[in-house]
Amino acid sequence: MAELTINDIIKEENLVYKKTKVMTDNVMHYCPGCGHGTTHRLVAEVIEELGIQDKTIGVTPVGCSVLMYNYLDIDMQEAAHGRAPAIATAIKRVMPDKFVFTYQGDGDLAAIGTAETIHSCNRGENITIIFVNNGIYGMTGGQMAPTTLSGMKAVTCPRGRDVNTMGYPLHITELIAQLPNVRFVTRQSVHTPANVRKAKAAIRRAFENQKDGKGGLSFVEIVSNCNSNWKMTAVDANKWMEENTFKEYPLGDIKIDWEIQEGKISLRNRKLDY
Amino acid sequence: MAKIRGAVKVDTEKCKGCSVCLGACPMGVLDLAKEVNGKGYNYCYMKDPEKCIGCASCAIVCPDGVISVYKVKVD
Ligand SMILES: Cc1ncc(C[n+]2csc(CCOP(=O)(O)OP(=O)(O)O)c2C)c(N)n1
Ligand code: SF4
Ligand code: SF4
Ligand code: SF4
Ligand SMILES: [Mg+2]
Repeated sequence: MAELTINDIIKEENLVYKKTKVMTDNVMHYCPGCGHGTTHRLVAEVIEELGIQDKTIGVTPVGCSVLMYNYLDIDMQEAAHGRAPAIATAIKRVMPDKFVFTYQGDGDLAAIGTAETIHSCNRGENITIIFVNNGIYGMTGGQMAPTTLSGMKAVTCPRGRDVNTMGYPLHITELIAQLPNVRFVTRQSVHTPANVRKAKAAIRRAFENQKDGKGGLSFVEIVSNCNSNWKMTAVDANKWMEENTFKEYPLGDIKIDWEIQEGKISLRNRKLDY
Repeated sequence: MAKIRGAVKVDTEKCKGCSVCLGACPMGVLDLAKEVNGKGYNYCYMKDPEKCIGCASCAIVCPDGVISVYKVKVD
């Protein structure tokens, strides 16, 4: 048989993967290698697979992902900084048949929006929260966030985060997992093919939890990078994240169908840990 | 014996040259071009197209979703 050329392979009938139609063709403004783009696409793929493009309403944050509504071809509402879960609460209560999600960074969700996060979770609103934790305020130039690692430098802690004066990295995800009305809590990443597959399955479950009538809030943390403010290449940032961030924020399911998974929540002992 | 051949198509004008796909490819197919696109990024291309198995690992980690993947079974 004659040798196959690339053009013999690149044909419509041989297509196995391409960007979902739920993403628009707009070029995303993110820095090269930023996990926000990958996370957007996974949300879009789940929406496509569940066939809910016209039934989904997303609420976007303030932060680098503020313009997410330009990239997903669904109805979206922009919220004031940190207030996305409050807006999502209203949307879901007025339109309970819609799939409603928020997409928020760590500054948005775990700093300015802490009250909205905690109380929407405590009420167990039947929404999905996608929480992209890159341990920094990306959009505004790399200030320390509550999630910034101990010793990690940021423009507002140039000598590194000192846990004695600046607090410990805030495990908001483990905190909200302990609220009885919260149904599903997981922590994933999107920097390798295997992690992308797991993160997508988690996002899918978080959306499916809105349709079986059992209620409850689903919370998916994506531990991600901010190569620009970490001042690394994208590849180095992903490696740094594996070596450092994952130690502070281990990946895996924390709560499934209202059950905390064994060994997933441990209290930090200040004296022993540092 | 059936063999799998794959190929990827990169939207080179939208590629940002981040290299995340390079390390994700189990076959070492991809590299960044010496040339740059309209935005000044060295874009991704198949350096070693013969080795591609169409697994889509590169495409699913691409933050900008610019890779399409094709696959055929060869007898
Ligand atoms: C009320 C208000 N306070 C402060 C700001 C400035 N501000 C914009 S984005 C941001 C932090 C964003 O960080 P994060 O949520 O982690 O998102 P990232 O950019 O890292 O994805 C801040 C403090 C603002 N826009 N509005
Ligand atoms: S500043 Fe950080 S979070 Fe924002 S787009 Fe760039 S890499 Fe992503
Ligand atoms: S991951 Fe995507 S944007 Fe980055 S170099 Fe590869 S094709 Fe280009
Ligand atoms: S489809 Fe698989 S083998 Fe082909 S370039 Fe992408 S990662 Fe490599
Ligand atoms: Mg952030």
